[in-house]
Amino acid sequence: MEENPGPQDAAGPSVGSRWPEAIVSALLVGVAVLVITDSLRVGNGWADDGPQSGYFPFYIGLILLASSGSVLIGTLLKWRGENPVFAERNQLASVLAVLVPMGVYVAGIAWLGIYVASFLLIAYFMRRHGKYGWPATGVVSVAVPLVVYAVFERWFLVLLPKGPLESLLGL
Amino acid sequence: MDEINNLLHGFSVALTLPNLGFMLVGITLGVLIGVLPGLGGANGIAILLPLTLSMNPTTAIIMLSCIYWGALFGGAITSILFNIPGEPWSVATTFDGYPMAQQGRAAQALTAAFTSSFVGALFAVVLITFLAPLLAKFAIRFGPAEFFAVQLLTFCSFVGMSKEPPAKVIAAMMLGFALAAVGMDSVTGQLRMTYGYPPLLKGFDFLIAVIGLFGIGEILLTMEEGLAFKGKHAKIDPKVVWSTWKTLPRHWLTFLRSTAIGCWMGITPGGATPASFMSYGIARRMSKEPDSFGKGQIEGVLAPETAAHAAGTSALLPMLTLGIPGSPTAAVLLGGLLIWGLQPGPMLFVEQKDFVWGLIASMYLGNIVGLFVVLTTVPFWAAMLRIPFSVIAPVIVVICAIGAYTVHSSMFDVVLMLVFGVLGYLFKKLRYPLAPLVLALVLGDMAEASFRQSMLISQGSLSIFWSNGLVGSIVGLALVMLCWPLLGTLKSWLQRSAPAAPAEGNAS
Repeated sequence: MEENPGPQDAAGPSVGSRWPEAIVSALLVGVAVLVITDSLRVGNGWADDGPQSGYFPFYIGLILLASSGSVLIGTLLKWRGENPVFAERNQLASVLAVLVPMGVYVAGIAWLGIYVASFLLIAYFMRRHGKYGWPATGVVSVAVPLVVYAVFERWFLVLLPKGPLESLLGL
Repeated sequence: MDEINNLLHGFSVALTLPNLGFMLVGITLGVLIGVLPGLGGANGIAILLPLTLSMNPTTAIIMLSCIYWGALFGGAITSILFNIPGEPWSVATTFDGYPMAQQGRAAQALTAAFTSSFVGALFAVVLITFLAPLLAKFAIRFGPAEFFAVQLLTFCSFVGMSKEPPAKVIAAMMLGFALAAVGMDSVTGQLRMTYGYPPLLKGFDFLIAVIGLFGIGEILLTMEEGLAFKGKHAKIDPKVVWSTWKTLPRHWLTFLRSTAIGCWMGITPGGATPASFMSYGIARRMSKEPDSFGKGQIEGVLAPETAAHAAGTSALLPMLTLGIPGSPTAAVLLGGLLIWGLQPGPMLFVEQKDFVWGLIASMYLGNIVGLFVVLTTVPFWAAMLRIPFSVIAPVIVVICAIGAYTVHSSMFDVVLMLVFGVLGYLFKKLRYPLAPLVLALVLGDMAEASFRQSMLISQGSLSIFWSNGLVGSIVGLALVMLCWPLLGTLKSWLQRSAPAAPAEGNAS
């Protein structure tokens, strides 16, 4: 996350909300610019048969630009003013402790298939955050993918992404 | 009485053994979803939606709406026993529910919560039964301009009624519209905002957004708070239920008031969460002993629960009759209807009588089944919550990933879900509301289509929006809602600047 301990925040290791605020609103301004540019590309006026494709999105982009721009400018104007707490440092750390494995998990689905990746994710969480022993970890992390397999692939006939292990087993 | 006949016919549609079975499954899943943090009504239904595609639409919508009732019931359990609101609309229930549990009156609090949920929902369903056909009959004469006006009113009321800063409400809403416009334009066939990136061709699916924003985002928020479940035990026996029920008629005025607030907030898209807070606030203000609130006053449980359920249920009224959902969950249900090829709106009442009345009848049945299920299974759910978050969290992540993948069998959607999850977390922290974003994403295409059609009729002149009394008054109302926060700002600004004005010259 964006660190901004700020020398004036003596109360504790917390992250102020002015950076996140500015970044999110700047991001929205960026989206607005993308929307407006593309609407101009496809045309925001009238063709022979009625409004062009960019007609409606163009105004959406304008309103988005105005609203997010006002949040951005408001944040920048009050930059030196009060800086309400966004989150404590250790809170952000625990958010990242979930977010990073989630990212790895999503990458893992593409590579290993959803069953093996889910097994790894659950096992990691139970060992790392739950401090479970191997037996409990093993039972839960194996059982959940098996139940998922039974419900989705067998019962509802919904195919889920598979990886090398499944092709080895011939599933 | 046409409605009664239709309703009886609806009961004959809904009251089949398989439907009752799916109702039970739906309620149970719904309570589970409501109890677990990170899974809510909206994303729970979004995840399960692809699984119901093979069912017949009536059965599917009965099950999905029962998940919704279940989630509404389930939120109260965690609020009262664990002081953890499982759903945003049950935050207000913790104020008095948890103190009651601490005083050993958990069973009374739960009985009161479930019963008032039931009462709120029942009133709202009665309202739907009698008002929906009228509204549909009225709306059948709507042209594109009227539809756009109603959609405008929906979105403007978000601005007027949200507690979040108006600029952020509008920004979140416009982001939803922008995302909805990505992909192929259905009128001209042109590609919009794909920037040459093939996975964007099919656009952003709102189901993915809902799963990410509400599912993954909620997990991140829960993780931040570092949840440890330390709850009160609860066992409900029939004697406590009976004795609590006997005291409830005394609070008839609270019920009535909360139902009215809930129905109003549900039909106009205020949603269940503000309804519950507003109802709690008014109950406290009207009470003879306002100081007892927050310390385990039973009325403090009744008021928010009644309002939340009334709002959650009546949110389906505009969804069915006008095709405009009153809450994110109703929006997901609407998405489901569209997938099944049912176009919500006034024509639904003419063309799909069986479906509509079957659904309305299932609302009665679902809530009765729901009340019975939650009253009998509370200890089980409480035990469920003792499963530590380090086990629940990854399982929920897995469920969300599966849900996102099954929408289009696309890996890109799973990545997108994660992105929406981070966005949901940031938006929640920075007080951007999520509901208008989701609603705009669902309604974006429809709003654009009706806007374009109106423009075609009027040859590009905006004057079509006040061309007759009906459309003019809806647009007028919308503009009033839009400017509502401005009034407040203006007032406080005047009050603030009045004393400061002499000291500091105001350059306007």
